[in-house]
Amino acid sequence: MSTLMVLVIVIAIAAAGYFIGRQRAVSKEGGNVKPHSLPHYHGWWVFLASALPAILFIAVWAAGTGVYLERSAIAELPTRTADTVIASQSLELGMVSGIARGLDRLSDAERANLPQTFAELQPLLASKGVALATEGQDYMIPIAAEWNRNTAWASSIGGIVAIVLALAGAAFGLSGVHVRARARNNVERVILGALVAASAIAILTTIGIILSMLFQTITFFQSVSPSAFFFGTVWDPRFAAAGSGGSQGQFGLIPLLAGTLYIAFVAMLFAVPVGLFAAIYMAEYASRSVRSVVKPLLEVLAGIPTIVYGFFALVTVGPFLRDLSAALSGGYAFIQAQSVLTAGIVMGVMLIPFVSSLSDDIITAVPRSLRDGSLGLGSTKSETIRRVVLPAALPGIVGALLLTASRAIGETMIVVLAAGVAANLNINPFEAMTTITVKIVNQLTGDLEFNSPQTLVAFALGLTLFFITLAMNIFALYIVRKYREQYE
Amino acid sequence: MTDIALNPAAPASARPARRDIGLKRRYAAERRFKLYGITAIAIGLFFLVALMYSVFSNGYTAFWQTEVNLAINLDPKIIDPDNKRATDPNVLLTANYPILARNALAEKLGVATTNKPAMRELGKLFSEGVRGQLRDLVVANPSLIGTTQNVWVLTGADIDSAFKGQIDLTVDQARRKVSDQQVEWMNRLKSEGAMSQRFNTGLFTYGASSRPETSGLGVALIGSLYMMLIVLCLSLPIGVAASIYLEEYAKKSRLTDIIEVNINNLAAVPSIVFGLLGLAVFINFFHMPRSASLVGGMVLTLMTLPTIIIATRAALRAVPPSIRAAALGVGASKTQMVFHHVLPLAAPGILTGTIIGLAHALGETAPLLLIGMVAFVANSPVTPLDPSTALPVQIYMWANEAERAFVERTSGAIIVLLIFLAVMNITAIILRRRFERRW
Repeated sequence: MSTLMVLVIVIAIAAAGYFIGRQRAVSKEGGNVKPHSLPHYHGWWVFLASALPAILFIAVWAAGTGVYLERSAIAELPTRTADTVIASQSLELGMVSGIARGLDRLSDAERANLPQTFAELQPLLASKGVALATEGQDYMIPIAAEWNRNTAWASSIGGIVAIVLALAGAAFGLSGVHVRARARNNVERVILGALVAASAIAILTTIGIILSMLFQTITFFQSVSPSAFFFGTVWDPRFAAAGSGGSQGQFGLIPLLAGTLYIAFVAMLFAVPVGLFAAIYMAEYASRSVRSVVKPLLEVLAGIPTIVYGFFALVTVGPFLRDLSAALSGGYAFIQAQSVLTAGIVMGVMLIPFVSSLSDDIITAVPRSLRDGSLGLGSTKSETIRRVVLPAALPGIVGALLLTASRAIGETMIVVLAAGVAANLNINPFEAMTTITVKIVNQLTGDLEFNSPQTLVAFALGLTLFFITLAMNIFALYIVRKYREQYE
Repeated sequence: MTDIALNPAAPASARPARRDIGLKRRYAAERRFKLYGITAIAIGLFFLVALMYSVFSNGYTAFWQTEVNLAINLDPKIIDPDNKRATDPNVLLTANYPILARNALAEKLGVATTNKPAMRELGKLFSEGVRGQLRDLVVANPSLIGTTQNVWVLTGADIDSAFKGQIDLTVDQARRKVSDQQVEWMNRLKSEGAMSQRFNTGLFTYGASSRPETSGLGVALIGSLYMMLIVLCLSLPIGVAASIYLEEYAKKSRLTDIIEVNINNLAAVPSIVFGLLGLAVFINFFHMPRSASLVGGMVLTLMTLPTIIIATRAALRAVPPSIRAAALGVGASKTQMVFHHVLPLAAPGILTGTIIGLAHALGETAPLLLIGMVAFVANSPVTPLDPSTALPVQIYMWANEAERAFVERTSGAIIVLLIFLAVMNITAIILRRRFERRW
């Protein structure tokens, strides 16, 4: 019995419960007693009483038996010795589960006279479309077959229990249908529970982010010391050649962090004046009609996916800067096509709408009376803005700039395409540098071996990135919130 | 009566001179300040135009592909030299179809099939994709063997570029990818009307390929569609439920405060971190398949959720309290009040926020790279569990290819992506204009 079929049966029982429950509630109406709940609430309560426990049980049972059966399969594997052919137990287990998946597709007749050796089994399963690893062993076949049998057993037992639960739940719900029964309150309690569960997902996500990265990072720090990571100035994650000192690669964070901050700095250097002046002009000078055209146009910049910016940097801005520098110096292109400058400028363009729309909101939130006071004393509009409006808006603008900076630090696609991959430590903005995000992408695309420091370092980088941006966001939100309270 | 009235002819110098408050300088500063603002806006708009121009001028040609019309004789002596096709189905699959196209082209251009170097040049005129095209034709209908069929065949990527005028033909032929001979053939076919640009349906149907002319967005479009459906089905109910709880039920407590701060933070977490989460939890811990659009959809759901929650809460807050009071006043329970009265009134705002969140998710690339969607997938995924790519990931993969024809394809794909995003955002704006209520 497949899980899907059990699920359909359970839902069918619950749906039947809904109709019977509603019917029963209708038939009990009409006395002198005023019914507490509308009939469909009785129906829904029966539905929930029947479906909810059964579905929860199915989920728990499937997860639980899965883990249990995997454990028992591991227990049946022969003890690992020095001359075990297969490199790791997880690999061994993967092969067994591959065989088990393959055996599932065989017909009953084929399964009855199963080949005893792996060499015979492999072509048979290949003909069913299941490709197996070549170094499978004969002893795996009975384990896999056993695993399949147990799984079938477990799922049929689970299915039966789930259906019984559904029936019992329906009976319980139906027995509770009477005129004064508080069916609506029961249903609403379940709804409230669902709402709470939904908002808990936000917390679970954060916990998930932190825990998942933390565990991988701890594993990483078992092979590379934290000080070598945080204070190392060389990024060279490949294994060093044998005999040249340690067998480890070098995982220095400093060059990546420097590149990240440098590029973000160049981007902010470009985006902040442009965005801020655009916001000031739009909030203080522009007529309504100009504003209604220009504001959405600038916001289009915010809606363009970052991969498009990356491509723009790669095929247009980078080559343009390179050719420009070649023309300026007469032949030698001192700006590389992939450089801090290219990535910074394009990222700056991306950030303009963030700076301008956030600052625009903050500037318009400064009360009219402050402006009127200043203008009334005879200052010009620009003096009012510089001496009165901006100082009043400053904390909010700082918060907005922090939020923007955290976005610049976490930005990935632009730097992947425009900044280059060489982890240099230099201060020349015309040369390539790389960032934390680029290295996360580099380390995690392609073939993965999950336990090597080369892969795990990505999680350490991710955790560092997460905490840097988290600190900036919390600080920014704190400033923005505190500021907002002043005028409301 | 003042002095001035009594003595109207008093010289101007007798009036106290206006104190010099530097008006000229200050007005100049004012004008400068205004100019800075205009310059800033101009810079922003200039980059918008430059970006759009760069994408569209590179990409609009991708929607047309050069094809050549050939009368191909499906010669049984070449397809099936040993006449075994009745018994061995592999014969039709492995036959040498490009030869057929080459012979047809040679006949058309009057090149002797014995002229080996010329034939080699000729073979580069059309795409290797002709193999699959003719194979599908013959396998679907074996009775065509022996007949002559008029077929439009894709030209090679270099010929396509040359035909579109993207290759500088004044350069010496050794330094460009098409030879003079090929250009001459091309021009002859063009004047005969046998070679022309036709709408590039392949761009929307083909999967990954190493040849630009036969690579397309088919797999990516399906993958993105699946992911958008998953994001919609998961994030809309969860997001709305969470916002209803936070906005309507939750009392102000430490816990709800934490949840609030949390959601605001999640909205600002770099997207790549969600990719790490997906890799560690969904793939490494729950053993879900790599490269599957299901995992991609779930990661994007977690990423979109904060956006949707923030938008939904704003929409719920915009519903005036009088509606709630009226509903409660006529005896509705709190749940009835929320679901029967507040939620329908907030629906347009929720929908707008959801569409904008979806548009954001559609353009997101970084987290998808980490869960293995950078894959060479040639076959269309059937279920969300099959390996697939996504539209922005396909753009990323093409952007890393060096060939000129791939730059064109990349820009074309970006145009497709931008059109999708524009449609979604315009829908959101129309919805907002149409249904927005001011209380």
